[in-house]
Amino acid sequence: MDHVTFAESVRADAAEWDREGGVPTEVVRAVAVAGFLAADVPARYGGRGWSPTEVGRLCADFGGVCGALRGLVTVQGMVAAAVLRWGDAGQRDRWLPALTSGEVLSGFAATEAGAGSDLASVSTALDAGRVRGRKLWVTFGAVADVFLVLATQDGRPVAVLVDARQPGVSVEPVTGQLGMRAARIAHVRFDDVPVAEVLAPPGFGLSHVVGTALDHGRFTVAWGCAGLARACLDLTVAHVAARTQGGTALSAHQSVRAVLGRCLVETRAAWQLCAHATALRENGDPEALAETVLAKYGAARAASVVAEHAVRLHGAAGIAPDSAVGRFHRDAAVMRIIEGADEVAEQHLGGYALRGGS
Amino acid sequence: MASDFGVDDDLGPIVERIRAFFASALPESPLEPDQDYFALGLVNSLLALELVTYVEKSFTIRVDVEDLDLDNFRTMNRIAAFVRGKLAAAR
Repeated sequence: MDHVTFAESVRADAAEWDREGGVPTEVVRAVAVAGFLAADVPARYGGRGWSPTEVGRLCADFGGVCGALRGLVTVQGMVAAAVLRWGDAGQRDRWLPALTSGEVLSGFAATEAGAGSDLASVSTALDAGRVRGRKLWVTFGAVADVFLVLATQDGRPVAVLVDARQPGVSVEPVTGQLGMRAARIAHVRFDDVPVAEVLAPPGFGLSHVVGTALDHGRFTVAWGCAGLARACLDLTVAHVAARTQGGTALSAHQSVRAVLGRCLVETRAAWQLCAHATALRENGDPEALAETVLAKYGAARAASVVAEHAVRLHGAAGIAPDSAVGRFHRDAAVMRIIEGADEVAEQHLGGYALRGGS
Repeated sequence: MASDFGVDDDLGPIVERIRAFFASALPESPLEPDQDYFALGLVNSLLALELVTYVEKSFTIRVDVEDLDLDNFRTMNRIAAFVRGKLAAAR
């Protein structure tokens, strides 16, 4: 099944997943079986060797249906990207086929109570091959089989893989958060847990391993946001064309048209930012890193703006239970925080501007 | 500071390519080929990863996990020596 057909086949279910607090296990399984997890990993590791363009389309189309579904693709892609890039030959052989098949679901465990935007200050420690600490907001952490954990060893950042079934791993599912309610988010405690793998030498765990994962995450989140914005625009166009008040279609009002115009520009801009970052990634361009930060920042803001307009133009229907635009609005708020909050991205982008980034 | 390497016809052009990266990335911090930009706190984690991509793209080499030794990256001269070694190994 191609990914557009798959996405459309579950569109009607996304509201229920949001309400019930989870993408169902069989749907996660179906995403894996259809080959949508870590699809950019080379075929020799069971992936499909998809280009950034193909991964981007997948995330835009999933993001236009359900943020949590896109989040599943994001997190598995992040961990696979880190293993592919910075795992040794044995680690790639051990983990990538299981990540591409979905036999192993992964969580990305970096954020802590005292380390969100500044991941260099994590307090989770690796000592004698065992990890101890508490991680927050792990997407699909409630169902993950393995965690990519950022820790420090002798004061140096180190990235490790930890088997979720090891004694000493305790998973606390998070419910009732503003958005991404179906993403099986969990806080995870590691209490002297032996690690399965150390990825890259200590000292490179943050800048290189976690950095590669976050770069991949920003890329897929950016496209997810572009898809979310487009979905909100499409839903709103359909609503204002069909809805009449006092015998006049909403779309006949100048003020409504003006808002639609603004939403179209936001959506198009998000799309083009993502396309630009994608082209640089296709080319292995070093600027792809900064341009991906830029695309994620711009697309998340666009998603947030368009979703808010969409809710307002839907009126009461926008704030009703199971409202699609209402869900997108809540999810969009999360997008402006994860994989680098707006304010952190602005610091990077200001530096990029000083370098003449264009 | 003592030089890691003498003037070397092979390394010169490589150093210049790397210097171009830092001139662009750190326009306010002119660097000498033997200055340790990590020790000076000039390289954040995003730039460290960008440096890897730049070196790979500029010299058509692959930086592997086995190459992740700060001694390969901490000065322009050290990167140049690392690159020369990679290029020689690929020949």
